[in-house]
Amino acid sequence: MLGIIRQKVGSAGFPASIVGQALQRVRPTAFASRNYSTAAKEMTVRDALNSALDEEMSADPKVFLMGEEVGEYQGAYKISKGLLEKYGPERVLDTPITEAGFAGIGVGAAYYGLRPVVEFMTFNFSMQAIDHIINSAAKSNYMSAGQLSVPIVFRGPNGAAAGVGAQHSQCYAAWYGSCPGLKVLAPYSSEDARGLLKAAIRDPDPVVFLENELLYGESFPVSAEALDSSFVLPIGKAKIEREGKDVTITAFSKMVGYALKAADILAKEGISAEIINLRSIRPLDRSTINASVWKTNRLVTVEEGFPQHGVGAEICMSVIEESFGYLDAPVERIAGADVPMPYAANLERMAVPQVEDIVRAAKRACYRSVPMAAAA
Amino acid sequence: MAVWLSRSGNVARHLNGKMGSLGILNRSLLSHPEPTHQRNSLPTSPIEQSYRNPAAFLGNSGTLFAVRHFESIQAETHHDSRYDEHENQLLDFPGGKVKFTSDMIFISESPDKRIKCYRVLDDNGRQIPGSSFQPLSKELSLRIYNDMVTLQTMDTIFYEAQRQGRISFYLTSNGEEAINIASAAALAIDDIVLPQYREPGVLLWRGFTLKEFADQCFGNKGDCGKGRQMPIHYGSRKHNYFTVSSPIATQLPQAVGAAYSLKMDKKDACVVTYFGDGATSEGDFHAALNFAAVMEAPVIFICRNNGWAISTSTSEQFRSDGVVVRGQAYGVRSIRVDGNDVIAVYSAVQRAREMAISEHRPILIEALTYRVGHHSTSDDSTKYRAVDEIEHWRSARDPVTRFGKWIELNGWWSNENESELRRNMRKKILHAIQVAEKVEKPLLADLFTDVYDHPPSNLLEQERLLRETIKRHPQDYPPDVPV
Repeated sequence: MLGIIRQKVGSAGFPASIVGQALQRVRPTAFASRNYSTAAKEMTVRDALNSALDEEMSADPKVFLMGEEVGEYQGAYKISKGLLEKYGPERVLDTPITEAGFAGIGVGAAYYGLRPVVEFMTFNFSMQAIDHIINSAAKSNYMSAGQLSVPIVFRGPNGAAAGVGAQHSQCYAAWYGSCPGLKVLAPYSSEDARGLLKAAIRDPDPVVFLENELLYGESFPVSAEALDSSFVLPIGKAKIEREGKDVTITAFSKMVGYALKAADILAKEGISAEIINLRSIRPLDRSTINASVWKTNRLVTVEEGFPQHGVGAEICMSVIEESFGYLDAPVERIAGADVPMPYAANLERMAVPQVEDIVRAAKRACYRSVPMAAAA
Repeated sequence: MAVWLSRSGNVARHLNGKMGSLGILNRSLLSHPEPTHQRNSLPTSPIEQSYRNPAAFLGNSGTLFAVRHFESIQAETHHDSRYDEHENQLLDFPGGKVKFTSDMIFISESPDKRIKCYRVLDDNGRQIPGSSFQPLSKELSLRIYNDMVTLQTMDTIFYEAQRQGRISFYLTSNGEEAINIASAAALAIDDIVLPQYREPGVLLWRGFTLKEFADQCFGNKGDCGKGRQMPIHYGSRKHNYFTVSSPIATQLPQAVGAAYSLKMDKKDACVVTYFGDGATSEGDFHAALNFAAVMEAPVIFICRNNGWAISTSTSEQFRSDGVVVRGQAYGVRSIRVDGNDVIAVYSAVQRAREMAISEHRPILIEALTYRVGHHSTSDDSTKYRAVDEIEHWRSARDPVTRFGKWIELNGWWSNENESELRRNMRKKILHAIQVAEKVEKPLLADLFTDVYDHPPSNLLEQERLLRETIKRHPQDYPPDVPV
């Protein structure tokens, strides 16, 4: 299984059969997501983000967009398409290549009172600006005793794409999620993308908004309510994508789609999985996660990033602190391989979680197969 | 090896049309030994000498061979007009039109002469005749002097307090009082200040009281920073002085962002940001200056080139002619100023402010000075620099004394005024420290507030748990910290 094909690259260089297979992979997710929404319209995540930016820039003249290629090029991933034309170069700024530079400039503008949205071409490049994100943005309100607030949003694609290698594939959810002063969001569907981005822009605190390149082209149904310009989702609330009673599976971003597919497979084997779309890495919705564990008594955490010090480790500890007595099985953690992301397609496939890994972990948690520790 | 085509008019004319122009191989032109090589002057290389003596030139087998003949020998006028056509030809590349030259000349790594330093007062506080400057009234001059003395005295006493163990850390501005106060005096309160950490004088000028300085250093309940930061990390929204942040040079791109916002708001104000010579090595310095020029942001970059970045001298920090020359590299107007000369600093900053606001452009000011004190209380600079060097700058080159002489010469100040001021200032500052030392520390609640705009549930929970623990085990909790 190749994974979802990249929209940008198209099918150039890929044999038709593989393209066909890949496209077929896209469909099941769309079907699964139709279960829970009274959908009329479908919208890609890309359009969802674009419309959210458009509406927020229209509503508040202090909001402006800044980043490499966001203007004339319409956005490296076309997320800011049409915005330069509509709002002009004062509000959509093409920056020179200096992440440290434009992150710092964004923070300075936010200190003054503007509401910048800073785009990183991928969050891998945010490492060049991480001092400004942590030391200048996250900590400023605290260090200045409330005098310098930083209503900034840092957004961009995060995590693995397809065949882009180690320096373009790292997931930063755990890194930013550990820092007090930041809010960290990870949308999955188009509704998530719209509601959470609008909430992030309106929020007075600095927000790290982790998108996913492979999800940009994916379509999801959106309710009429979600299409309204006043639609926001609360920050810090997870969403139960699919209710279940046997095992809780937490995931965020692209892995939510995989978890939903795993739930379909598990259902055929009589295991009813409850899928939680975290939506918010910081603050983490511990009450929803724990309430779910009280119901199912079993937990599998899924993430694409590196396992050590990952999001799953934090969720596991949170559940042990609050719900130890409710657990009927050890917590299972599914994460990416503990290696820099390899490039070769077969190696890349083995370095990220696949649906089968989630299914096997859920079964282990349900004692349908031998636990990992016992098998060693 | 390279081909040097002799297209320069003078050399061609030397040939008297007999030989036309020849291409020759020449290495000496590339690695010209003298640093005085100017772009527009003719190189005095062996080539030219050879041309005067064609026989020698032809016989000099090591350096030449004729590569091409460009013109026929007959039509000299024809040759001249074609030469003119090429001379004026503009090459059209991205970035604009540029004249070309066939002389391969490298711009020297250091200029003939260093950029001159603007000063108005000589070392004895006398105005240098013929200087251009912004006149200062008696009232303004005395206020500047007063604040310079305050800053100097405050630094001495607070430094002592750290040595006595009463505060954990301190950092002085010894030797840089003129930069601090004179620059502040040239600004308006609406101008936003993003400091590094050696500019408390700017805050002092704007009205921060001795009590507020002391409260911050002691981290007590009166600190408007709620005890969050280590000493000297002052910040005050009210005074438009953004909180000091330890990482070096991060304030530079932030200043550009703030300036851009000011421009969008069309305010009659600019942003002023301070930094030292060491900060110019950071990537943020490059990004900030570059961006400021591209975005046409009204920001003044004031570099306090005091010769030292902890133990790193400027010769180990950079090899350029200081900081001022970098301005032009980014398209930023710049000036070098004697940082220990109050009137020069005041005039330059005032003019810079006018240009920044009316022309929407960044300005770079390099203020040359000397860091008389140690880097901070964690440093002993006698370990890496000569004691008499420090002493020389502390006494003979003291900016406070120098300005003191000027106000005295004007008849505005006397020895009695001086002793009275110093005596009173010392008393006031000692008193402020004594009071601040005894004030209660900040409340427990201040541990958890301001992390976010509204405290999240997990922090409220943690605060609740902490209070419960304190109630249950009061003996483990320090008695002088309010709950």
